[in-house]
Amino acid sequence: MRNSQRREEYDVIVVGGGNAALCAAMAARHIVPRVLVLERAPEHMRGGNTRHTRNVRCAHPTNDRYCSGAYPEEEFLDDLGAVTGGPANPELARYAIRQSSKLYEWMSEHGASWQPPLAGTLHLGRTNRWFLGGGKALLNAYYRTAQRMGISVRYDALVEDLVIEGGRFEGVALKGQGSGQGAPELVRGRTVVVATGGFEANLEWLKRHWGAAADNFIVRGTPYNDGLMLAALLARGAKPIGDPKGFHAIALDARAPKYDGGIVTRLDAIPFGIVVNRLARRFYDEGEEVWPKRYAIWGGLVAAQPEQLAYCIVDAQTIRKFLAPAFKPYEANSIEGLARACSLDSQALAETVAEYNRATAGNGPLRIDLLDGNSTREILPRKSNWALPIDHPPFYAFPLRPGITFTYMGVTVDGEGRVLGQDGRPMENVYAAGEIMSGNILTKGYLAGFGLTIGSVFGELAGRSAATRART
Amino acid sequence: MPGLELFAEADRQLTLCNACRYCEGYCAVFQAIELRREFGKGDVFYLSNLCHDCRACYYACMYSPPHEFAINIPKILSEARAASYEHWSWPGFLGRSFAKRRVAWLLAVCAAAVVLALALLLIPASSLWSAHGGPGAFYEVIPYAAMVVGALGLSAYWLAVWLRGAVRCWRDTGVARGSGGIKPIARAVGAALGLRYLQGGGPGCSYPEERPSAIRRVFHSLVFWGFSCDFVSTTLAYIYQDWLHRLPPYSFVSGPVIFGAVGGLGLLTGSAGLIWCKVRSDRAPMGTGAYGLDYDFLGILGLTALTGLLTLALRATPALGILLALHLALVAALFITAPYGKFVHAIYRVLALVKYYAERDQPRSSA
Repeated sequence: MRNSQRREEYDVIVVGGGNAALCAAMAARHIVPRVLVLERAPEHMRGGNTRHTRNVRCAHPTNDRYCSGAYPEEEFLDDLGAVTGGPANPELARYAIRQSSKLYEWMSEHGASWQPPLAGTLHLGRTNRWFLGGGKALLNAYYRTAQRMGISVRYDALVEDLVIEGGRFEGVALKGQGSGQGAPELVRGRTVVVATGGFEANLEWLKRHWGAAADNFIVRGTPYNDGLMLAALLARGAKPIGDPKGFHAIALDARAPKYDGGIVTRLDAIPFGIVVNRLARRFYDEGEEVWPKRYAIWGGLVAAQPEQLAYCIVDAQTIRKFLAPAFKPYEANSIEGLARACSLDSQALAETVAEYNRATAGNGPLRIDLLDGNSTREILPRKSNWALPIDHPPFYAFPLRPGITFTYMGVTVDGEGRVLGQDGRPMENVYAAGEIMSGNILTKGYLAGFGLTIGSVFGELAGRSAATRART
Repeated sequence: MPGLELFAEADRQLTLCNACRYCEGYCAVFQAIELRREFGKGDVFYLSNLCHDCRACYYACMYSPPHEFAINIPKILSEARAASYEHWSWPGFLGRSFAKRRVAWLLAVCAAAVVLALALLLIPASSLWSAHGGPGAFYEVIPYAAMVVGALGLSAYWLAVWLRGAVRCWRDTGVARGSGGIKPIARAVGAALGLRYLQGGGPGCSYPEERPSAIRRVFHSLVFWGFSCDFVSTTLAYIYQDWLHRLPPYSFVSGPVIFGAVGGLGLLTGSAGLIWCKVRSDRAPMGTGAYGLDYDFLGILGLTALTGLLTLALRATPALGILLALHLALVAALFITAPYGKFVHAIYRVLALVKYYAERDQPRSSA
């Protein structure tokens, strides 16, 4: 890695190109002049999983034009505690929530535009604020601001390794350009902020924990989150945090693209029907809880089924009751016909549906806005609510696969965003922000819009801390 | 008529938009999408005319090409829009001008040539090429009756074709099925006059490039209000002449001249500005068929304004005759192509907005 040529040295090098990376770069540029962003994706795919986000969760004292009511810091903390069972580092969690109350203003100053909550977003209209046009529009605004501030941005810039000598960051080894065979280019920097997301797009890595099943996982976000920088940091002695095999996954339409299908392939049909596996057998309570509270367990449930494949079956009574799906369902006028369309065993599916229908006898009308108590009787698994017989043709089926959103394991950081080594002492000039360190706070579960909160708060913190250190 | 693939492709893209909804803050199109499950021809025509081509959604979309979903709503809707213009036009062979610009060009050139030829043939050279002054000077060049008959005839034709198109649009998109009386109409007119949906949901539309900008809304307003001023000017001139019995030319501080000059300047800067924006604009979100329609319409508007202003400025010189003839020739070309060019967007957009406000205010059936 020796390079005798004189190279430009940056004050802060930011590895990554999503929300956390840009927040770090902009915060750093307020303090130091030479800031470089290395985004490994091509320009049209820039922004990591921020591309697919839509809102940010922030504490705020009152309602305003964009939020329908107050969201106090204590309530935010309680909500976080409820999904995680307690954050790994309560101090950092409190810091994130306290800082979140200043985010709206900071984001607006750096180019963010907002929209009031509309039909599709009302249930989060109090706690979250929506970017006008979603995450890619936010990124476009941030990249414009970065350019105006004089931040250097390189696309297709794959960092292969971090050059760390004697515990001190010296620079990054950038994959050679051109045919890809060139020698790595060393880019020197006084400090580095690693904001490269998780490893959810690295199926080989996932296979270490999940075996061949991982081949059938769909990656909802960017194909570039392969965890290369996470691996590099761990190899340099960074202290890991979070469940190494933990990931957030939902059940989504099996016809989704392997990568980057984002939001559209999700399905809200499950509470309205039944879900069967390849053997045409039901395997879990489809009506356990109101959908937003349960939708995230279905990724894992489908992942545990044969071939990681399942089918959600509804009928003409309910097909229009959930959010419009991206792909047209399989359709048939009989359950047997539907089974053939799905390549399921006709007799087995007919038996499953008939048994389920018998168990719903006497149930009242569907009330989807509450736990309506319309449960099945004497079958296993039970369906606790919204158990309506599937007897109004035509019948419809949506194929389901596990769709992985993000991974939990990352590197441990301290109160200024520096990466900690195995001995618990911070690495001198190495910082991390965003999903790569979210395991310090989010150990399991998820709160809508909280990934953006973590990325923004710790991006700003890491950028500011790194720039302050670079200046001294 | 366009092939079925246009509607199939629009249905595919709009279905994905409906499952996403990230763009719902941008404009009426996305909120109208949310009220539907399938997108047939009538829906596509309706949505395409509701779309103001602000392009914010294209740049915000994580599924825009080269993503395999290849979502490009401004492009597919502008292609559908051009198809709807043709579909609602009459007669068929002239309606093809939306796809084949040479038809409209031929029409415009013919109309202009007829006016010019009549002027050159029927008006004595001494009258055409000499300076005129005093009341009625214009009519020494071109007789009043000829102007009135020509203008009224062309206007009547234009309005008849527009009206027929409006009725067909009404039927195809189901505008009439909305209810709510006068309120949706008032809202639609307000939204159209203020160009409410040419703002990218607030910060400005992504035109000519991704960065939100108010420039297109400003230029479009100049064109619209410039045109309105010229309409007022013409009406005032009619009142002056036929009711007050004052013959033109009018003084520079008279109503017709002030409105005419202000309107002409608005039209000229607005149309030039819109052409300038379009030349610089990103081609990716642009429909393939309809590309030149804007240039034709803006060009003819701008030239009409320019010759009108020149006629005013040089009315005391020997150039008056030929400038007036040229100006009237361009007005004739503008009128004759009005039902066969971009001008029609005004009527269909307002109708689409009426439908939007009517259906938005209706109690929603099961989502």
